[in-house]
Amino acid sequence: MDIQTIVKQVMEELQKEGQIKSKPMAKESAETEESNVRNIIYEKIKQVGVEQPANREEIEKAQSITPARIGIGHTGTRMKTKNYLEFRIDHAAAQDAVFKDVSEDLLKELKLPLLFSKSETMDQYLMDLDSGRQLNETSRKWAAENLPKNKQVQIIVSDGLSSTGVEANIRDLLPALVQGLKSKKITIGDPVFIKRSRVWIQDDVASIVNCDCVISLIGERPGLATAKSISAYLIYQPNEDTVEADRTVISNIHEGGVPPVEAGAHLADLIEAILKHKASGVKLAQLK
Amino acid sequence: MFTCTLKNETYQFRSIADVLAKASEEKSGDKMAGIAAGSSLERMAAKVGLSEITLKEIYENPVIPYEMDEVTRIIYDDLNLFIYKEIANWSVGELRDYILSHQTSTSDLFRISRGLTSEMISAAAKLMSSIDLVIASQKIRPTAHCNTTIGEPGRLAFRCQPNHPIDNPEGILASMKEGLSYGSGDAVIGVNPNNDSVESVSRILHMTHDFIQKWEIPTQNCVLAHITTQMHALKKGAPIALMFQSLAGTQEANDDFGVSKDILDEAFQLMATQGTSTGPNQLYFETGQGSEVSLDAHLGIDMQTLEARTYGYARHWKPFMVNNVSGFIGPETIYDGKQVIRADLEDLFMGKMHGLPMGIAPTYTNHMQADQNDQEIAGMLTALAGANFYMGVPGGDDVMLSYQDTSYHDDASLREMLGLRPLREFEIWLEKMGIMENGKLTERAGDLSIFK
Repeated sequence: MDIQTIVKQVMEELQKEGQIKSKPMAKESAETEESNVRNIIYEKIKQVGVEQPANREEIEKAQSITPARIGIGHTGTRMKTKNYLEFRIDHAAAQDAVFKDVSEDLLKELKLPLLFSKSETMDQYLMDLDSGRQLNETSRKWAAENLPKNKQVQIIVSDGLSSTGVEANIRDLLPALVQGLKSKKITIGDPVFIKRSRVWIQDDVASIVNCDCVISLIGERPGLATAKSISAYLIYQPNEDTVEADRTVISNIHEGGVPPVEAGAHLADLIEAILKHKASGVKLAQLK
Repeated sequence: MFTCTLKNETYQFRSIADVLAKASEEKSGDKMAGIAAGSSLERMAAKVGLSEITLKEIYENPVIPYEMDEVTRIIYDDLNLFIYKEIANWSVGELRDYILSHQTSTSDLFRISRGLTSEMISAAAKLMSSIDLVIASQKIRPTAHCNTTIGEPGRLAFRCQPNHPIDNPEGILASMKEGLSYGSGDAVIGVNPNNDSVESVSRILHMTHDFIQKWEIPTQNCVLAHITTQMHALKKGAPIALMFQSLAGTQEANDDFGVSKDILDEAFQLMATQGTSTGPNQLYFETGQGSEVSLDAHLGIDMQTLEARTYGYARHWKPFMVNNVSGFIGPETIYDGKQVIRADLEDLFMGKMHGLPMGIAPTYTNHMQADQNDQEIAGMLTALAGANFYMGVPGGDDVMLSYQDTSYHDDASLREMLGLRPLREFEIWLEKMGIMENGKLTERAGDLSIFK
């Protein structure tokens, strides 16, 4: 390989690596201070950070099949600057996702009644688990008076720890689930949205509507790669003896994990199995 | 039951459990449970009271009665009464002094640990500062053997944790190659499955086993599904070198986890007769402060004492690894970086004092007040204190479990900054692969494409 080809390759490589772009601001005046301002635009780009890899294509392929931070290389034993900053940026975004609310418009669009847990603030929700596990008095009364009773399935949507997860997935997930259940002739009560609620609130709701199976679609605590993920928790006839191992959970419902439409169909099958075996969680796994 | 007067104020404590809870350093889970000290001086009154209480008083008042709790029964049934009687009249303060004394050897500590209940170990830890906990932990070096030997002086191991959000086998494999290329994986190649079905778990077990065979890697494989699922897979012929289960410090919480002495006995026996590894240590337990509170199964006992009881329970099955993940649950149990660091140091000491081969996962979730700086501090301190192993997660970001843990980079850094080597058998393999030379990563390290 001649020197020109090498230089060309290196230049191309450097251009590809342009993750943090900086360009001089357009000159609007002749004043030197103004023209020295730089606009820095951050963009996230997946790229091979390994120096002189044995097989670059192999690493690119590996990076395409997992959201994990691999093929990033190192400087000494540490991450390179751009990977380190990227990690910290994603953490900052995930922290922000916890404290955002689901929009009222989405609830209206999906025609979901809005109920509330006993958590009055986000801080109370985070620190006092019990407050998120029960409906407040007003919601409890409303549910007792207005929700259909004695259906096979009750669906609950919860913001949980990621309202962005609900916003990103529920439009596809909920209709797919409802349609799946209808095609199996399984009866469903009216789905509800419960603000600042935790998984165990499904036991409280089941005691009001007297259904066989409750499914909670709840925003997962955000990760760095997946701030927009939902989990589904399913339980057959919860009562005071119910334990965690009685709940069946399907997690990572989002575009990069189990896609919401696919998850809806899968969950309908799972509910069918729960109703057939009259069990959920570890008990169901052993019966199946 | 006890009072303690301090600065002209008298504080009352209802029971040993009450003193233990109030003597704990501040943790949000104890506050949520309504058992924490109400003020800084009340906390100190509890510590003073605790320092005067004898081991005999603690022995005679287990925080949860023997009759009603399997964890208590295992702890008491496994106790060496001869050794206990030698030290029964010591106060907790004297126990702390004994542990820290230059006159007390590692062997002395192993010996008295056989005569200590978990509550006594928890009590001693409550009278210790950060440096106390590090110095004490350094003295105790439990080892264990599965296919590799963990815990030998001068060595530090890592679990390669190549999770994938939907268990894509190729995706798991890619992260696994990445981890191995950084020298991570001598403790175990352990995958958390998203799909807990027997078929899916078996598939991952076969895949990791085959890879380990093909590249002749001295390590063990593990899929961290529920223990009953793993037993099911094992009975159907899936290759398991190490069997996993999460444990807690009350029978009620273990019921919630779907685990009991009977199930663990069965798993232990099954691994002895059908597991793929050398042994004798073939189980892997995960623990961490707060699980009992978050399951509402704490029975009024503080998180740290329940964590100690978890170790008293775990040691019955002679595990190869016990991994502490305090910080994994969230702010309702451990609020911020300061609480995580303290919990990590306490747990490492308490686990080692139980004779367990302890690893630490300094973790944080995105809904708590902690960040990468706190986590790295916890990692460095517990490495200094002699933790046996850490997790190795690509870039520190677990894309399946959605939390942050130590990265492959951190693993390599901890080894290099403290002059520690990988486990003996594994280091030879790393040298053969050209990944490591003289305890340092080579230029080839970090390149997953060398596995072709």
